[in-house]
Amino acid sequence: MRKRNVHIKLDRLKSDLTEISGLEISIGKAIEEEWAEPLGPTPCPSLATLRDWDLKLLQRYKPFYMPYCDVCCLCTMGKCDLTQGKKGACGLDICAQQSRVVLIACCIGAATHTAHARHLVEYLIEKYGCDSPIDVGADVGVEVEAPVTRLVYGEKPKTLGDLEDVLNYLENQITHLLSVAHTGQEGSKLDFESKVFHAGMIDQVGMEVADIAQISAYGLPKADPNAPLVETGMGAIDSTKPVILVIGHNVPPATQIIDYLGEKDLMGSVEVAGICCTAHDLTRYNPRAKIVGPISWQLRFIRSGFSDVIVVDEQCIRTDVLAEAQRTMTPVIATSEKNCLGLPNRTQDPVDQIVSDLVEGRSPGAVIFDTEKVGEVAVRVSMLLSPRRMKFKVIPDLAKVIEETKRCAQCSNAPCRKACPNDLPIPDAMHQASESILEGLANLYDLCIGCGRCESACTNDLPIHSYIIGASKKIVNEEKFKVRVGRGAVQDVEIRKVGGPIVLGEIPGVIALVGCANYPNGGIEVAQMAEEFAKRRYIVMSSGCAAMSIGMYCDEEGKTLYEQFPGEFDAGGIVNVGSCVANSHIAGAAIKIASIFAKRKLRGNYEEIADYIHNRVGAVGIAWGAMSQKAASIASGFWRLGVPVIVGPHGSKYRRMLLGRKDKVKDWYAYDTRTGEKVFVGPCPEHLFYAAETKEEAMVMAAKLCMRPNDTPRGRAIKLYNYIDLHKKLYGVMPDDLHLFVRRDADLPITIKDEVMKILKEKDWKENVIPDPTLLPRLIRGKGGLTDER
Amino acid sequence: MSADPWQTAEIPGPMKALIITKPVIVSGMLKKAKRAIMVVGHEAAEIDFGGERAIDYAIRMAKALQIPVVATAHIAGEFVKRGCDQVWWMPAVDIGNRLQDPDWQGLDGKGQYDLAIFMGITYYMEWTILSGLKHLALHLKTVSLDRHYQPHAFWSFPNISLEEWQKNLKEILNQLEKRL
Ligand code: SF4
Ligand code: SF4
Repeated sequence: MRKRNVHIKLDRLKSDLTEISGLEISIGKAIEEEWAEPLGPTPCPSLATLRDWDLKLLQRYKPFYMPYCDVCCLCTMGKCDLTQGKKGACGLDICAQQSRVVLIACCIGAATHTAHARHLVEYLIEKYGCDSPIDVGADVGVEVEAPVTRLVYGEKPKTLGDLEDVLNYLENQITHLLSVAHTGQEGSKLDFESKVFHAGMIDQVGMEVADIAQISAYGLPKADPNAPLVETGMGAIDSTKPVILVIGHNVPPATQIIDYLGEKDLMGSVEVAGICCTAHDLTRYNPRAKIVGPISWQLRFIRSGFSDVIVVDEQCIRTDVLAEAQRTMTPVIATSEKNCLGLPNRTQDPVDQIVSDLVEGRSPGAVIFDTEKVGEVAVRVSMLLSPRRMKFKVIPDLAKVIEETKRCAQCSNAPCRKACPNDLPIPDAMHQASESILEGLANLYDLCIGCGRCESACTNDLPIHSYIIGASKKIVNEEKFKVRVGRGAVQDVEIRKVGGPIVLGEIPGVIALVGCANYPNGGIEVAQMAEEFAKRRYIVMSSGCAAMSIGMYCDEEGKTLYEQFPGEFDAGGIVNVGSCVANSHIAGAAIKIASIFAKRKLRGNYEEIADYIHNRVGAVGIAWGAMSQKAASIASGFWRLGVPVIVGPHGSKYRRMLLGRKDKVKDWYAYDTRTGEKVFVGPCPEHLFYAAETKEEAMVMAAKLCMRPNDTPRGRAIKLYNYIDLHKKLYGVMPDDLHLFVRRDADLPITIKDEVMKILKEKDWKENVIPDPTLLPRLIRGKGGLTDER
Repeated sequence: MSADPWQTAEIPGPMKALIITKPVIVSGMLKKAKRAIMVVGHEAAEIDFGGERAIDYAIRMAKALQIPVVATAHIAGEFVKRGCDQVWWMPAVDIGNRLQDPDWQGLDGKGQYDLAIFMGITYYMEWTILSGLKHLALHLKTVSLDRHYQPHAFWSFPNISLEEWQKNLKEILNQLEKRL
């Protein structure tokens, strides 16, 4: 038995432990020791427990600050001008201030996932009971059911009730982390960064708790590589039926809609379609639901008038959703305490009355916290309102687009274009449209992220985004795709099969395409990256909006990538794990490689597992459209595990990169555990956080970032071949840094051996050892503390 | 001439770039620099002046000044194709990171640069990199030769038309090439 320094909810104490209710144990809870694996050195790490590990990484991958604002305005001593070395009134400089803002962003992200998890767990406990078992794939042999939680928290959660204890720890840490950002707390930029890593790690556990809870209780696909394909895209929605649109990330209200439809045998009569991660989770719950598209599809779908009622839960919902919905006479039901939209709380009112008020237009919407009531109200409102609304839309038809664009003043300073995050040539397209040429506007369809900023900026109040959609009618109608439902975790047996090839380098890498849809050039770039790497027999993983984008393009035969490539965690697979919170399974897969394949101790043993992953598991995250604070915290969770993350050009606005310097030879030494010697391992991986300017650059860098010091010669040769081949194909030249990655002759890809050797000779290249690498001196054999039992 | 960022909300703070009102400002500065470097992003290979591309001007400028060019993103091959042998390549954030390090010895190992000319990187990304350099690279002056105002540069054109931009670049080249 041991104690944890956490708080426990009083009502839970009363119900579960009645014999000790009233006892003052708010500082700790007794936990039964039932797990044979001995406890590692860092269970439930607090803010500074893993600081040494963080500083090791930050020594290699130093922050390059790119301040997004010259001033700090967080307290009333400011605004403080921090330009060129000036300090603020509190003493902070511009670098620490950037780190502080990144920390705040990551705390927001971690709090959001953890609060989401808390809501889900409490809700599911109420519905299914505290003892409802955690099962993410027992039937397919998933024994390591919560790898991130085991690693960080140091326990195996067996029931939903156990997850509450984990959440107590996370909430405790997030509170401490947020307090660090107060004026006059932390003063060192690197210590801020270490806390950023901590927030990311906490976030990863929060995501895992949320997803394993919903997989277990709702019976979502359990590590199923053959999860069904679901219909996706605006053209896939049958608008002859009543349509319920769900938006957000927290799925319980949406599941009640499906349940109500099932109970009333109405499943085929009403369309239920989702945007953003609720869509993923709802299709995991019932694949007859449909995915409209990623976050950027909100305005276009709402304005198209398809939805007869909109149900929002939490996160990434347009905050003007109510105003937009009112334009198409669509009522909105808000279901989360975090997002009430100024609507009246109707939770206690009779269903008939709420339905009547919404259908008759007496109220633009309602807050309903009772999810069962949400299900019934949403279905009944959609069915009653559908014939009345007649799919009333505010997207103009082609003739109206031509007529209305004549009102464009062709403003000399182009405020619409200057407001557009992607600098789209709006005035030119408007001018063409006014002359009946609609291609210009239609060409913007794929590039537009649906933010609506152009409309807010337009001097003539023109609904530019609606014109883009109106001019793209044909594209919209043809938007019918297939996305493989989020499968959840990776099976232990899959890890056993591919763990070796990944660690030895024979599978050239795991590329995780994740994150939001703030793309610089449309979602197609994500699909193109997925296709290229899957064809090269990398393992491609995906989640969230990126997973939808991957499915929204077809080959000549009309097949999407999910139909062309298998969903197995194996070379050449495209593995959609699910929604944002399912990102934890990507980290989980890397952790399981260390645990299941390499038999490293997992329990509360963070440093060693992260060291293993950093040196041996060639995984790279690409968040091409990363936008939110959650995306920031997700990335930082991967950084602490030593997994590099690439973001698109908009990601440069995250204020700082974590960049290695391949020109600094001394930065790239690791210990050889066999001898204790420090050996040159090359810049593998070269960066920890990095914004690429173009898709081509991102792909070449991703291939390079998959190299790890542990690669066998055969594995390194495969990785080098892909790096060189992509570099030649996309850059048009050979790489100039091969001498840093070739350790010996045998590393050279046979087909280009002579060509590379010539370059190496020019660089005065010398052979190097291939170590058994670690950054942790305690893992050196013979020096005590070795835990590697292989 | 107003110094407004091209993207309306990308306002910096108390320090803003000086406006290049005449091409001679740039050519004068380039001539004065002891160690200058050009950083050219992927848009330079895309921007078409009707036959010539922005990258062609960058190459001529580098040749006239005998300075190295760093091609960012994936456009190294475009330089090589055009016979430019003064080209290095690395990601935009990497060259930014090296330029802010006072101890970096440059591409040739002969020391840090005192002037960096930027062109062709996606607006908001060049904006953030120039911000990093404004704050941290006190040894360095930066010039944006893009056609949109970059407030974090030391010197920048205001927002100008494609034609005006081409005219300015040509004029700068004339003045530099005259020196040869
Ligand atoms: S809605 Fe589209 S076109 Fe308008 S500003 Fe946003 S991205 Fe640009
Ligand atoms: S701001 Fe409005 S009126 Fe002016 S150019 Fe843009 S679309 Fe036309």
